[in-house]
Amino acid sequence: MSPLPDLIFEISRDGKTAHGLGASHVQAEPAIDPGLRRAGIADFPQVSEVEIVRHYMALARLNYSLDQGLYPLGSCTMKYNPKINEKLAGSEDFQAHPYTPRELVQGNLEIMARLEEWLLALTGMAGFTCAPAAGAHGEFTGMLVIRKYLQDKGDPRRVVLIPDSAHGTNPSSAHFAGYEIREVPSNGEGIIDVDGLRPFLKDDVAALMMTNPNTLGIFEKNITAIADALHGNGSLLYMDGANLNALLGIVRPGDLGVDVMHINLHKTFATPHGGGGPGSGPVGVAAHLLPYLPVPRVVKQGGAYEIVYDAPHSIGRIKNFYGQFLVMVRALAYLCSLGRENVRRVAEDAVLNANYIRKKLQDVLDLPYPTATMHEVVFSDKNLPVKTLDIAKRLLDYGLHPFTIYFPLIVHGAMMIEPTETESKETLDEFIAVMNKILVEAREQPELLLQAPHQTPVRRLDETLAARQPVLKWRKGENL
Amino acid sequence: MRFLPLTDAAREEIKKAIGIKDSKELFKSIPADKSFFDLAALPSALSEPELIAEFKALGRKNSFQEYLSFLGAGAYAHFIPEVVAYLSAKGEFVTPYTPYQPEVSQGNLQAIFEYQTMMTMLTGLDVANASLYDGATAVAEAVLLAVRKSGRQRVLLADSLHPETMAVVRTYTQNLPIELATVAVNEADGRVDLADLTSKLNDQTAALVFQSPNFLGVVEDSAALAQAAHQQRAYAVQAVTEAMSLAYLRPAADFAVDVVAGEAQSFGLSLGFGGPYLGFMTAREEFLRQMPGRIVGQTKDLDGKRGYVLTLSTREQHIKREKATSNICSNEAWCALRAGMYLATMGKDGLALAARDSHLHAAYFVAKAAKLKRVKVVYTKNFYNEVLLEIRKGTAEAFLATLKKKKILAGVPLSWFYPAVGNRVLLAFSEVQRCADIDRLLLAMGEHS
Amino acid sequence: MELEKLLFTKEHEWVRLEGDSAMVGITDYAQHELGDVVYVELPAPGKELKKGDPSANIESVKAVSDVFAPLSGTIGAVNPKLAANPELVNQEPYGDGFLFTMKIKQADEVKELLDHKKYEEYLRGIAGE
Repeated sequence: MSPLPDLIFEISRDGKTAHGLGASHVQAEPAIDPGLRRAGIADFPQVSEVEIVRHYMALARLNYSLDQGLYPLGSCTMKYNPKINEKLAGSEDFQAHPYTPRELVQGNLEIMARLEEWLLALTGMAGFTCAPAAGAHGEFTGMLVIRKYLQDKGDPRRVVLIPDSAHGTNPSSAHFAGYEIREVPSNGEGIIDVDGLRPFLKDDVAALMMTNPNTLGIFEKNITAIADALHGNGSLLYMDGANLNALLGIVRPGDLGVDVMHINLHKTFATPHGGGGPGSGPVGVAAHLLPYLPVPRVVKQGGAYEIVYDAPHSIGRIKNFYGQFLVMVRALAYLCSLGRENVRRVAEDAVLNANYIRKKLQDVLDLPYPTATMHEVVFSDKNLPVKTLDIAKRLLDYGLHPFTIYFPLIVHGAMMIEPTETESKETLDEFIAVMNKILVEAREQPELLLQAPHQTPVRRLDETLAARQPVLKWRKGENL
Repeated sequence: MRFLPLTDAAREEIKKAIGIKDSKELFKSIPADKSFFDLAALPSALSEPELIAEFKALGRKNSFQEYLSFLGAGAYAHFIPEVVAYLSAKGEFVTPYTPYQPEVSQGNLQAIFEYQTMMTMLTGLDVANASLYDGATAVAEAVLLAVRKSGRQRVLLADSLHPETMAVVRTYTQNLPIELATVAVNEADGRVDLADLTSKLNDQTAALVFQSPNFLGVVEDSAALAQAAHQQRAYAVQAVTEAMSLAYLRPAADFAVDVVAGEAQSFGLSLGFGGPYLGFMTAREEFLRQMPGRIVGQTKDLDGKRGYVLTLSTREQHIKREKATSNICSNEAWCALRAGMYLATMGKDGLALAARDSHLHAAYFVAKAAKLKRVKVVYTKNFYNEVLLEIRKGTAEAFLATLKKKKILAGVPLSWFYPAVGNRVLLAFSEVQRCADIDRLLLAMGEHS
Repeated sequence: MELEKLLFTKEHEWVRLEGDSAMVGITDYAQHELGDVVYVELPAPGKELKKGDPSANIESVKAVSDVFAPLSGTIGAVNPKLAANPELVNQEPYGDGFLFTMKIKQADEVKELLDHKKYEEYLRGIAGE
């Protein structure tokens, strides 16, 4: 008996229907060659509305979600998604067609403009685009901006420097912007320092991409000196803002010498992850890069909002329409709820929570970098009788989602933990107690962990089989 | 603050546990002269009732709701069954993370697997990915895919691609060793000009990228285009902005098209002022190892039971870093899940009905518009649900302004995209309109002077 | 397969020489480090490679490894079995799991390869780190 519901195709029966369109009454003949029209779609679902509801309810029950419990995923900032934001974003008031004449959508344009104002105030950058669809898309956009700026200066350069602790999107985004990647090693403290960077500062270096706080949760304290060294070399500083949550209301990247940065609205500003998107990755730039931002941009002209396409130095368009608008609605609602009274508290509580976990687990887990950390902490599986993966899978049995595993790559068997500010001390204590229990199990009953999880709808899945013999869709009679 | 569950007492306990007196000590590594900047200029916090009132006020600054709309050109108003809105809003679908822990993500994974299956059924191609950002970026990724797969660097773009798609492809490739060239449209039938195409295809061409139905509303002769491309061993890549057409027109695979990529907003996603939408990509089997983005596959668990995982991840940035097939990480998972829900709910018959009526409403308009004196339908056959209209006197902008006074948004002026084309309008039709709405449009057009 | 007859690189490729032709694969140590191999991307026959150039790509579930050409030369035949059975690289790294053959260009490069004893010593050095 499979724990999973049958596939929608397997419960289909000829003649069933779940749509309520009613019969068609159009008095018109098709105006298209019969040879271009298709017959019915073979094997397409035919189920009733009741069965649709039951099918998806059964699927919903198989999903862990933030509404259910803690998600201590490092560098993902899985914070609670306020419910009112969902309602506001779903309002019919905002569901305009993107090509609606401007004077009829002034409310929507104001939402975009106000979100940009918030982002400017919190980051100290000179201008923002909200067009990018996710963090990686923002990185790509930012790297295109840097490249076009340097091209205009007559010196496009070839190389982007990336610390060894970086997320994989950084080198990939820089690559698609036409750059070669050079990796910069972190020092013993887990950060970049100017002396370590200097040998890399050749005249072909366009930029350094730095995540700050970095993926170890450590603030790159040399950032201003690094920015100066880069600028002295004619290079720029890109900041990956994946971990901006730790800095909210504390410090503005623009004050630290950052030239370009992206923000993840689906991390820092509480918009839901949706099982892996939609996200939104606004990009902020310093004043000298403003002309290069992608088009279109929303601006206020004589008391009304306008969408402006005319920007001779722009990198061009990076997405359909104006970006992930309904994600922006949620982010603005979140910021309006926080207000100046709470933005700093977000960062403080996030850092308090992470340091509490660090303190409580550092005697039982190896802490490879003793440097002070902020919103997240990275342990390693050194000296343990089991691997990080086994601990992660055992957490599932206790009804908790695991932390990020095997990242960053510079830590052996990394366990990257970010509790966020939206978890209570009681929840953290429970997580800490469970971790201690699992570490006892690891010593006394390691086989329990090697086979984990035991309590989930399915057991460990064979990823080797999935990759060796890919089955990527249902076919009649083949998916048994 | 209701999103911050730490009480003052808890904060004190934590500070004591970690050995600090003041939270400021947590931020010691930040340059002191730069930290704790002044927040006084920021707006004050809103209570929940105040927030609702604030957004109601913003909503009131929008007045599009009062208008009868025939806007399309890449975003389409189709009917969304309530059951789709209800189920997709469940927290179990809205608030999970990417399904990297498959044992507790089977719901999402199975739903995406079903979505992938339906997208392959619609296009007739072998494999679909789990989603991309939107239609334009999906086509840009398809261009990169064709270049990788063919080892060639030259890509032909049909002039009848959506101008925004064209712009995004240019942006994506601006720093890569890829040569773009455009292929003309034959003004007579609104399709790609085969003579121009043949003259531009050569043995360095990686792909021809065309859109069907194209930006002028016309369904291309995909078979002829694919055949021409294949003669030079180039790939035929079809872009789609109106996914509803897939349920009415013969599947791309019938015409030997290699890749279909585009926008699936029509499958149950609200207009949302342009996003979030849903980029999709389907391709023949041989492209699988070069596909961008996530893909869900079926496998077995330790007990031999069926289950689903993200698979072939070695193509992706978190493993291959700068050698990855794409830099995409977060995609549009929830949108894909909702699209799958929509397709399953509409089902075989409902989707066929919506797709057919979208065309028939356009056909109804075209048949009756023949009597209008001031406008002329440019292409009266082989359109799907979008119609290109020529204004015989004056500009499209002025024509649309007159209709706007009658509370009708009668399409998108082409001058927005092509400043030189001042007298053309693109209208879109779907199953949600009634013939009475179209009659009202026709009447208003008849009165236009 | 007698390991004594093979030559090795520090990147864990093995080479079996027959005149100016070389058969190339990855070592048992390398396949073990990689874990379950799920896909092997092989170079095109006729491709010219310099010693140290990336030649093949071996993918496990969560890692991708470049195989570097152990010698300069031209790719001859590639192992036809790996497309359907990539697990051969795990099961028989020195036999049916070989990757490709090549025509070698510079015989003097052979001197830079390790014999079996030296490779074993090198592995012990890695383990002792």
